[in-house]
Amino acid sequence: MIVIVDYGVGNLGSVASMLRRAGGDPVVSCDPDVISRADKLILPGVGAFDRAMNGLEERHLLPALQEVVARETPVLGICLGAQILGRKSEEGICAGLGWLDMEVKKFSSKDLRVPHMGWNTVTPAKNSLLFDAISTEEQRFYFVHSYYMQCRNEENILAISSYGKDFACAVSCGHIYGVQFHPEKSHRFGMNLFKRFLDV
Amino acid sequence: MLLLSDGGLVKSKNFQDCRYVGDALNAVRIFSEKEADELVFLDIEATRRGASPDIEMIKAIASEAYMPFAYGGGVRTLQQAENILRNGAEKIVLNDAIFSIPHIVEEMTKEFGSQAVVACIDVKRIIFGKYAIFSYKDRTLRKPDLVTSISLCENLGCGEIIVQSVDHDGQRTGYDVPSIQRTRKATSLPLVALGGARSVEDFRAAFQAGADAVAAGSMFIFWGKYQAVLINYPTSQEIRSILHADMH
Repeated sequence: MIVIVDYGVGNLGSVASMLRRAGGDPVVSCDPDVISRADKLILPGVGAFDRAMNGLEERHLLPALQEVVARETPVLGICLGAQILGRKSEEGICAGLGWLDMEVKKFSSKDLRVPHMGWNTVTPAKNSLLFDAISTEEQRFYFVHSYYMQCRNEENILAISSYGKDFACAVSCGHIYGVQFHPEKSHRFGMNLFKRFLDV
Repeated sequence: MLLLSDGGLVKSKNFQDCRYVGDALNAVRIFSEKEADELVFLDIEATRRGASPDIEMIKAIASEAYMPFAYGGGVRTLQQAENILRNGAEKIVLNDAIFSIPHIVEEMTKEFGSQAVVACIDVKRIIFGKYAIFSYKDRTLRKPDLVTSISLCENLGCGEIIVQSVDHDGQRTGYDVPSIQRTRKATSLPLVALGGARSVEDFRAAFQAGADAVAAGSMFIFWGKYQAVLINYPTSQEIRSILHADMH
């Protein structure tokens, strides 16, 4: 069962429709019992870091998430849902989930329009379960974010995008995956990524 | 840019003569297949009729749109804006509200962030090469001039401005380039040119005039000189060739 975690942030309907298009049969839930039975977990998210962490806490979802992760269930965080996989963020004071050794930083260059919003190309850093690094076709995804993920360990970077400078737009550690862009709004590129995640 | 009226898709010429061009969701499906970068829906009768945004329609669009989309028309409260964004739209589009309820627009940009609030400004040529802002609701010109209106959008915290030419709307004679240039001089906000596009060649002129992005309605809906309804969209190669040519 693929569960999309409903913790009060973000656009769950679009994630669910793209997953269905990719051949999945997702369940949207904020019920810890349902979440703890997931064999694939999607953490969506739009908004502020602390609001996301508080949203998980208020709904008493953290123990269920820890349980699922301890079972090595594949998890895919999207946008803010990817950022909270890290240890902390410059956007808030709450601690993140800490499943990935990364911090979330603000885009701060003077001439840079923030948020980074729109379509951008994504270059795989290596072959991975989410990306085919051999494919020569340019991959484009839709982004909306003011903060980016900074991994301590380069091994965790799956793909790079560029906005003012290069940044990690897809990260992973073991069965935990995070993408900064919105696959649900990225046509067949997003659908293919979801397909690959469903096959993990 | 897709115009809605009574739940159907319509297309105007010079902001009048609306012609029914088909089912909105069918159009969304085709634009999804053709991988359009972004869709904008404007319910052009909502404000005039005092109607609320059609949330069921927005949900239906979201379930078929595998790309970002924006929705405008009759958005007048924070609650309506939240409903639109929660149901799958990336952005709300405001037009009359900028002038009639600016304090609420400001609350919206604070609550949802500038990136979620787009101002759509309808410009009309007047004498001596000047531009005024057109009110579709009242079919009159508004008092604030172009520069004042643009800085109003900026001050309210809007994150993006669509400059729509009333004179070029539906004409397929190219963009109203001077209006884009004027707007560009007045703001550093992301600027989207709209009104008059007939081919990808026209995009280049809009970019050179300072637009950050281009939008089109008729060009993507009609085909050929008899204006048959045929939804079409340039391939990413065609678009790229224009962008790259622009860099030299």
